[in-house]
Amino acid sequence: MKIKRWQPASFVVLFLLALLVWSPLWMLITGALTPTDELDRHLSGVLGASGELASWSVLPNRITFKHVVELLLDTPAFFRVFWNSCIQVFPAVAGQILVGAPAAWALSQLRFRGRNALFRLYIVLMILPFQVTMASSYIVLNRLDLIDTPLAIILPAMFSAFPVFIMTKFFGGIPREMLEAARMDGASEWSLFFRIGLPLGLPGVLSAALLGFVEGWNAVEQPITFLKTASLTPLSVFLPATTVSNAGISFVSAVVTLLPAVLIFLLGQQYLEQGILASGIKE
Amino acid sequence: MIRARNKRMGRGEARAALAFLAPSLIGIFGMVLLPTADVIRRSFFSAMGNTFVGLENYRAIFENESFRLAVGNTIRFLLVCIPLLLLLSLATALMLYRRKRLQDLFRTTYLLTLVVPVTSVVMIIQTVFHKNGLLSALCALLGSTPQDWLNSEFAFLVLVVCYLWKYFGYNVILWLAGLAAIPDSYYEAARVDGANEIKCFFYITLPQLGGTLFITGVLALINSFKVFREAYLVAGRYPNSSIYMLQHVLSNWFSNLDMQKISAAAVLLMLSILLVVFAAQRRMDRKKEGA
Repeated sequence: MKIKRWQPASFVVLFLLALLVWSPLWMLITGALTPTDELDRHLSGVLGASGELASWSVLPNRITFKHVVELLLDTPAFFRVFWNSCIQVFPAVAGQILVGAPAAWALSQLRFRGRNALFRLYIVLMILPFQVTMASSYIVLNRLDLIDTPLAIILPAMFSAFPVFIMTKFFGGIPREMLEAARMDGASEWSLFFRIGLPLGLPGVLSAALLGFVEGWNAVEQPITFLKTASLTPLSVFLPATTVSNAGISFVSAVVTLLPAVLIFLLGQQYLEQGILASGIKE
Repeated sequence: MIRARNKRMGRGEARAALAFLAPSLIGIFGMVLLPTADVIRRSFFSAMGNTFVGLENYRAIFENESFRLAVGNTIRFLLVCIPLLLLLSLATALMLYRRKRLQDLFRTTYLLTLVVPVTSVVMIIQTVFHKNGLLSALCALLGSTPQDWLNSEFAFLVLVVCYLWKYFGYNVILWLAGLAAIPDSYYEAARVDGANEIKCFFYITLPQLGGTLFITGVLALINSFKVFREAYLVAGRYPNSSIYMLQHVLSNWFSNLDMQKISAAAVLLMLSILLVVFAAQRRMDRKKEGA
């Protein structure tokens, strides 16, 4: 009963927190649709040298699609950057699944000596931040002459331990009796993986793919370390030099960077959440 | 006969396991384990030639002033933002616990920040925290002094805010799962014994969340290193000294290909993280045995 009285108060707190999430995103969207003269009034002190304090309005006085059109039609450089992100992220995620799914299957459902120790190794590799493995990755990439190529981003990501960990958790939920029964019927280990493991563990594969995509689309450390040529820059580190006159375009490019991530998030939210939860379960 | 068959099957499984694991193991061995061994070796050798120099590289990094500054800043950042993140997200999860409609309303919103690319919010961070930005405008409105938030001691707070903003919802989800895993029967039994909400919280909820605390804490630690993204994209390679972190030092040493220093620092960082995580895990295991 006492708890009930708290409900309106907690709703207000929760709502304010939601506002903190939405207001920056709302600023991005409105910024992308605000005409240059209005942006100039708002941001002349931030992006220019006027020294005036910034302002913002919840809704712009006028809405324009000029900046959207300008970015999408007249800015080929932006498309190259967008494309760079695609060719660095999607092959990496595909590779993670291709390499990681069979490994996760073995770690979760096959009996062999040293399985637990091996799984621990994956966990240890998973908790090491990029800064620890940076030097090691560089040594290999340099030896293979891959520095400053998209493969410098793709190859280390492919062998990331995190997707293996996530998929192991999901595959582990498949009852072993089911596999034993199929084995009795003479099914090969491969067909067990393809006919039972992959279909039943699909949510795990999707979770790993989604988390891998989010990670790749946001990657900053890897591109600034292993890519030098400007023409290889992905969206995640692309910051156009912003002045008052092109602020609108910068807002649009921020929104366009955001869109694929948000779309994939909304489509696969349940898998993303399941993936987060799976990483939270202690075995 | 059955045993023979089991044995044969067991061997078949082991062989299949090797085949399934081979691509991943070869990759991890070649991309991670072997070069890490090389990094450890390099941390004890000189740059030119292959002279063993003992702990010379380690001494060198500790004599380096920017390294010491960065270690201090990184530890300070971890000590401030991890407890703050865990407490805020736990408090929020408790508000959402057992309220399905509220959860449906806010879950998506809170989790959304996790996928928002840092490059997208750089414009916002600048608009808000620039010395002529919105926060300064608010200060002026309230009659206090505007600050150059990004180029002063305040940069540290800005970075903490960025970190909390990004990972808050992620942690709420983790806590909610931990809360949902506590069996209702525990609470029912306690209520029968006359325990009130507050007693239930301190004697059931909190102790039962131990496992979640460990996982959430480890994930918060891993993610805290990624705050470099915000720091780097907003303030570049040499930000205000209050947010000059280990990640900056390593990245800057890397630009000079200072492999000896990077190797020694990487080995130390690896050891520290593993030590902290293993210590936390042992503590948790012991607690569980004691309970």
